[in-house]
Amino acid sequence: MSNPTKMLLTGNHAVSYGVMLARPKVIPVYPITPQTPILEKLSELQVLGELDADIMTPESEHSAMAACITASLSGVRVFTASASQGLMLMHEMLHYASGARAPIVMANVNRTIGSPWGFWPDQTDSLAQRDTGWIQYYTESSQESLDTVIQAFKTAEQVSLPAMVIHEAFYVSHSLEPVEIPSQALVDQYLPPFQPEHMLDPSRGESWGNVVNQDMYYRHRQGLGEAMDKVPEASILADREWQTLTGRGYGIIEEYRCEGAELVIVTMGSMAGTARETVDNMRKSGLSIGLVKVKLFRPFPVETLRLALVGIPKAIVLDRNFSPGVGGILHQELKAALYGMAAAPEIYGYLAGVGGLNVSPAKIEEFVCMALKEEKPSINSIWVR
Amino acid sequence: MRTYEIEEYKVFNSGHQACPGCGEALAIRFIVNTLGPNTVGVVPPSCIAIISGPQPYSSMRIPIYQTTLEASAASAAGIKRALSARGKEDVTVIAMAGDGGTYDIGFQALSSAAERNEDIIYFCLDNEGYMNTGAQKSSSTPHYAYTSSTPGGKPTRKKNLTEIMAAHQIPYVATATVGFPDDLVNKVQKAKQIKGTKVITVLTPCLDGWGIADNAAVKISRLAVQTGIFPLYEVENGDRYTINHGSQGLPVTAYLSQQRRYRHLTQEQIDHIQADVDYQWQLFLRKSKVNSFG
Repeated sequence: MSNPTKMLLTGNHAVSYGVMLARPKVIPVYPITPQTPILEKLSELQVLGELDADIMTPESEHSAMAACITASLSGVRVFTASASQGLMLMHEMLHYASGARAPIVMANVNRTIGSPWGFWPDQTDSLAQRDTGWIQYYTESSQESLDTVIQAFKTAEQVSLPAMVIHEAFYVSHSLEPVEIPSQALVDQYLPPFQPEHMLDPSRGESWGNVVNQDMYYRHRQGLGEAMDKVPEASILADREWQTLTGRGYGIIEEYRCEGAELVIVTMGSMAGTARETVDNMRKSGLSIGLVKVKLFRPFPVETLRLALVGIPKAIVLDRNFSPGVGGILHQELKAALYGMAAAPEIYGYLAGVGGLNVSPAKIEEFVCMALKEEKPSINSIWVR
Repeated sequence: MRTYEIEEYKVFNSGHQACPGCGEALAIRFIVNTLGPNTVGVVPPSCIAIISGPQPYSSMRIPIYQTTLEASAASAAGIKRALSARGKEDVTVIAMAGDGGTYDIGFQALSSAAERNEDIIYFCLDNEGYMNTGAQKSSSTPHYAYTSSTPGGKPTRKKNLTEIMAAHQIPYVATATVGFPDDLVNKVQKAKQIKGTKVITVLTPCLDGWGIADNAAVKISRLAVQTGIFPLYEVENGDRYTINHGSQGLPVTAYLSQQRRYRHLTQEQIDHIQADVDYQWQLFLRKSKVNSFG
């Protein structure tokens, strides 16, 4: 097998290279800041003859996702990318995609949702899609985004569900980092050609989407749930196999220096990288602080998180997102996941970095100290900056 | 009386759930039975979806994908591109949508598919309103027509979809109706041979929505052509016009008086419709003449 190459890539271009290696055949995609460089690089790779895919450029994200679904159902591997308003416009079709059990992979670049208008890293766009039946992976670096795109195809196709690979605007999407690009031979060995069980094809005579009765709908939703339940294990196996081949693995969550911790920071995406530095700094000063990075958000890895957090006295959740009337979405989900567990940590929810506000390692240290001082957490998420 | 010799593949079957006498079911029959079994169809929620379903049954011996109301053209394009990527270039991919799913909410996706010249045949089965939900106004509903959302009569004119699609300069745009089945079948056959985007608007009278007798769909659709209200024509590459069947000089009252949706019209309104039809017909003749010199 040929050697990997090393390149300096932004998170978005790393996604494009990951996509190229996964060999999708149809890519319906619509431009939007800060996703556009993914589309541009794919188009460039196609013109150079390195990507053998049909890139379709419809008038909207809604049509892009509509075409993704039918292309996938017609038997080819499909990729698309979006962000923010684009993802909002797709919302209806996101439900349609999971309902059709189409294993599309989409990169979403987290960006604030209007109004008011903004371009800043904020995870509310993708988190607002948490009930659409898509697998969601949150990544924190160019390398992780490239690796996760390829892994996502593997898991999505195994369970027949669509998957989103999500990284934040600018912090990840536009930051240059050295990235190892695996060889095509390695990826071909890892990711077999797409061979779905069902297909829209006159030679098959299968149809999809027409009216069902209540009982069929009920059973269909159950089936979708059962597929979702398989995702944590499938993701872990996909990640392990990838690690064997490339040396890089991420897990569905990452536990960083959690041993004997009196407080653990729980977060997703680029803030995990920042929090890792805080943990190192505080450990150096003798404080036992750890980090849990949630990579797989849908399905929410309840069992894994319970195992990671049992016996830890306190956890703070840093949410770069906001659900009005609830607060931080990860905060809400984590509380629900740990509810009723003996020796569960007290959970402090902090709305940090909403709207793309920069959150430094020193700031996170302040939040940790705040939680350490308070005896009981507030039941709601707290705005901090 | 003329009889028709139309060769049909047995793709569309009896036992479907259309109203007896439905104009749309007749259009579907001539479309899919002309195209044959190497076809994939896309339908949005509509009477067409009712007629083609429900799961696990199908009235058609071809794969049917039901999409959302606004996405027919994009969904069909996705199928065509994927089948082409798999080397199955010979499969005909069609969308069959109503006028609500075409003139209104599906228009954006259709316009974009036409701009990209997607290799699909898009059929708008036009019954001039949201008939599946009980007859509400669409932008295809004619001037003054009653619908349940325009109980006083629609205050504005019908959108001219055919001209708009012709302006996209796609290979083939045509109108057809179930009262002229040989013309409809010819157009379907022609569209099947052409690569690129083809759009055929088929006028399909709705018994309940228009308020006509159970056996009147064919007759009414012929009157729509013979009065000049709905001329049958083709536009190739945006500028080559061919008139197949047009006004035979019948007054519009011959058409309007047969339908409950026009029962409330005043003489002034009828005169206005007549003047509009006359004017459009003159305009239309001039357009086709100019192009015959082009």
